[in-house]
Amino acid sequence: MDCENCGERDAEITLTEIENDEMRTVHLCSTCAALKGVSVEGAGAPPIADLLAHLGGGGDEESFGSDADACDYCGTEAREFRKTGRLGCPQCYAQFAEQLRALLRRVHGASQHMGKVYVSSAVDADDAETRLATLKRRLERAVEIEDFESAADLRDQIHTLSGTTS
Amino acid sequence: MTGPVREGPALTTQGLDWLHDLGPDHDIVVSTRVRLARNIQGFSFSTQATSGERETLLRRAREAAEATDVLGTVDLWEMSELAASDRTLLLERHLVSRELIGGADGDAPRGSALALGSRKALGLMINEEDHLRLQTLRGGFQLVTAWRDVDQLDEELGSRLPFAFHHEFGFLTSCPTNVGTGLRASVLIHLPGLVLTKQIHKVLEGMGQLGLTYRGLYGEGSKIVGNFFQVSNQTTLGKTEEDLIDQLESLVARVIGYEKQARSVLLREAPNVLEDKVWRAYGILCNARSLPFEEMMNLLSGVRLGVSLKLLKSPSVEMISRVMIHAQTAHLERAARRRLDETDADVFRAQYVREALAADSGSEDEETGEGWVRPSGDAT
Repeated sequence: MDCENCGERDAEITLTEIENDEMRTVHLCSTCAALKGVSVEGAGAPPIADLLAHLGGGGDEESFGSDADACDYCGTEAREFRKTGRLGCPQCYAQFAEQLRALLRRVHGASQHMGKVYVSSAVDADDAETRLATLKRRLERAVEIEDFESAADLRDQIHTLSGTTS
Repeated sequence: MTGPVREGPALTTQGLDWLHDLGPDHDIVVSTRVRLARNIQGFSFSTQATSGERETLLRRAREAAEATDVLGTVDLWEMSELAASDRTLLLERHLVSRELIGGADGDAPRGSALALGSRKALGLMINEEDHLRLQTLRGGFQLVTAWRDVDQLDEELGSRLPFAFHHEFGFLTSCPTNVGTGLRASVLIHLPGLVLTKQIHKVLEGMGQLGLTYRGLYGEGSKIVGNFFQVSNQTTLGKTEEDLIDQLESLVARVIGYEKQARSVLLREAPNVLEDKVWRAYGILCNARSLPFEEMMNLLSGVRLGVSLKLLKSPSVEMISRVMIHAQTAHLERAARRRLDETDADVFRAQYVREALAADSGSEDEETGEGWVRPSGDAT
């Protein structure tokens, strides 16, 4: 369905307005919804992407890393996160920590977790499998960016770990 | 007690326990749900995960779920192995999300699954936007008990799977809007009084300022029908889980108070208008031969209000909740044993509603000799 306001983009948000006891429903794209001052939190990726665009001041690349900045583990680039609003893996949080802090303060009003503290007792039991998965990811990434020194090192580590688990 | 995993059992009444336990404040609150987003350390988030990673995650989540005490016997459905109509059926019961089941016509993503325990619709979605979405659904206004159930499941799963956790950011999630506690608690609340007295806008605006957000019946991006609002916490980071639950609970309690006030104002100031609305809605539901879903929801809203205010003696609130579930298209298709196009679905829906209301007023008749309370203006 097309946005009922601009007629150009796809409608992603259903806005229900109550006027004179009448409920009226309009289907809007996220941009038109934002222009109407509708909070679109929870409607998926676009709002975060919008926020990121604002944080970055449009083309300004300072606030959320330069587009080519990428996570060492999964290779997700800042540019992809800007677009989708989704991070690639848990390690992205450490990788982009500084930039995320500003974003989280905007979205949540805070950047420090205050809830349950998690201490994994599961890590030992599944440690080898988890580490292996991580190493394989890093290896793929190293090959991709032609960092052959790290790749060789990672291959050795994988070999050793596979040897101990099989 | 831990139990075995049953693979893809036939879908019957799974996840509908709450219909038998309407819970506190059920005259205004239909249901309460709590979910926690969790991811496993060492794997990419779902959007980036390879099919091998998804399969591994499914296997490990399945083993962990099987070993928990709180779930009992676990039923597990892989979305890719279910017919599209069955996936929609689970969606209509709010047991899975659109993201989990994939597009309406396309194939479900591989490795996506629903695991459901033997009670209280407690379970988890696997390979959703996050690796795990722990969830429960209860009748009425039961935030604290719902939270306790999910919290226990979280403790048990977290001792078997290494959750992705960061000392500063908390539980890590694919989308930063869920990071920290990963907690989203929501209450499906029926607010016809506030809509009719034109106060709803103010109330919704106030809730927004206090950190709550609202959506339609089916969550994100869905529209408001029948004056049913799904109210939930907006932020997940910077507060404890208990604080988030407490805050939602006290604000919803206030909204319940406003709604009650609005209803009593309506009863006092415009009893005839109100009775007329309620009885017309009941009349149409009892007689219509074709009933689009949205129209049905709006009429049920009127009837639900009438029953809560004792203007109508039947149907029961339980029956209304039951109809809200079973008169959705995938449920009707299941009863009809065939696919229904929109026109057919509207006809089937009308028939289902007529029979449900007749059955409910029938049982009342036997007990009281009268299926409803006579409208007050009628006596003189």
